[in-house]
Amino acid sequence: MQRHLISAADLTRDDAVLILDTAEEMARVADRPIKKLPTLRGRTVVNLFFEDSTRTRISFEAAEKRLSADVINFTAKGSSVSKGESLKDTAQTLEAMGVDAVVIRHGASGAPYRLATSGWIDAHVINAGDGTHQHPTQALLDAFTMRRRLVGRDAGIGRDLDGRRITIVGDVLHSRVARSNVDLLHTLGAEVTLVAPPTLVPVGVETWPCEVSYDLDAVLPKSDAVMMLRVQRERMNAAFFPTEREYSRRYGLDGDRMARMPEHAIVMHPGPMVRGMEITAEVADSDRCTVVEQVANGVSIRMAVLYLLLGGNEPAVTHTRPPVAHHPSDERSAHTPFTAEEK
Amino acid sequence: MDRQQDTSTSDARPVLEGPDIARVLTRIAHEIVERAKGADDVVLLGIPTRGVFLARRLAAKLEEITERKIPVGSLDITMYRDDLRMHPPRALARTEIPGDGLDGRLVVLVDDVLFSGRTIRAALDALNDIGRPRAVQLAVLVDRGHRELPIRADYVGKNLPTSLRETVKVQLAEEDGRDTVLLGAKQTPQ
Repeated sequence: MQRHLISAADLTRDDAVLILDTAEEMARVADRPIKKLPTLRGRTVVNLFFEDSTRTRISFEAAEKRLSADVINFTAKGSSVSKGESLKDTAQTLEAMGVDAVVIRHGASGAPYRLATSGWIDAHVINAGDGTHQHPTQALLDAFTMRRRLVGRDAGIGRDLDGRRITIVGDVLHSRVARSNVDLLHTLGAEVTLVAPPTLVPVGVETWPCEVSYDLDAVLPKSDAVMMLRVQRERMNAAFFPTEREYSRRYGLDGDRMARMPEHAIVMHPGPMVRGMEITAEVADSDRCTVVEQVANGVSIRMAVLYLLLGGNEPAVTHTRPPVAHHPSDERSAHTPFTAEEK
Repeated sequence: MDRQQDTSTSDARPVLEGPDIARVLTRIAHEIVERAKGADDVVLLGIPTRGVFLARRLAAKLEEITERKIPVGSLDITMYRDDLRMHPPRALARTEIPGDGLDGRLVVLVDDVLFSGRTIRAALDALNDIGRPRAVQLAVLVDRGHRELPIRADYVGKNLPTSLRETVKVQLAEEDGRDTVLLGAKQTPQ
């Protein structure tokens, strides 16, 4: 992991497993009467949301507050952005306030990358979804949910998803969730198959590390997890499929289709679900559907990412720039458990 | 510099060997029973990594003495350390609180070496967030001195006067393949 979390493709296998393992410990905090850790006391995190997303914002906010960070919520609506202020000006305002991290959601693909690399701001940048590009914490929480269900909560520690077969169904074209998941799941050793109407498969998909199929029924019996994507009505600006009913018949998940999946296989959905369209109520309410777990896991994953990026004087793993030189007696290996010397 | 390499030099000498460590733990177990008047409500919490192994061994000895099951868990204090910002973030270790919780219990924290006292300070903070024990006591295998905080152990396996130029390294069979406490000279970084 680098200084920022912009794309799931930037994570190495070790980084991803470290985040999942850390999230497993963070999840234990959620089971305690006092769900709070002092770790980020005195650090300021801004949730910079140029696009509406209550679910992701409150998930980040919960994670930040559980780590005792000071949280500032900034939504574009009603702010200077609606008066025409640019991303650069907003960033410089935040820099002047001494912000330590920016969680950014933006409608334009690449906005978080621009913010992280432009030199406008020194804070850590965490991508909370940009256009149709990436949503790395969503991919991490999905991988976390899969590891818990398919490998086991304790048995999963230190493990990846080697050999698991994951099917992602629906509007791949507009989905940053699909893109992020393909990258991360491939890194973690899983085999990913995308299933979508041909019109909703992005150009250049053959370069992605996954298979593509147009036949859901053929793929289901070989899947360990089936991830249904939301059909994004707001992005359906062309005739991608004839009717909702036809989409639903060919690519929707109902009880009959679920019965064709292996017994251990789970059904996932990033939410919000459009019941009756991509998923029937019967499937959405079944024990195999992990939507509610995914929400809870989202907080643990975001706590882990915030801790690993902000918890120390430099990020936990894989530096892209040389570490800052400091006094030799301060040097310590990042992952050794503390030794007698530090007691 | 990895601290674990400090004592890998030939000048590290053992100050406690396997049988000594077993004997010391037996004595501490008896002291706990004596002071807690039977250890009815004792919960042992080891501080990762080696404190957890010591806590498990102590629990086994307490069970022999009292013929009762002694709850044992682990308490990771990483998130409560006061030097978090001075180093890269560490991987977290496991916190496991026994099923009945800590409220009203006598919690004995177990660690391998007591040095500055900052780890124990962090552990007390962590305990605060988890429950309200009746009392908290501290058992350590080695007390090497040089406290930076007003903290003292209730049960000490061995008092080991050291200089700050020395290192103390505890090795336990569960993690390192053998039981020993090594005293060595700190290597100055090149």
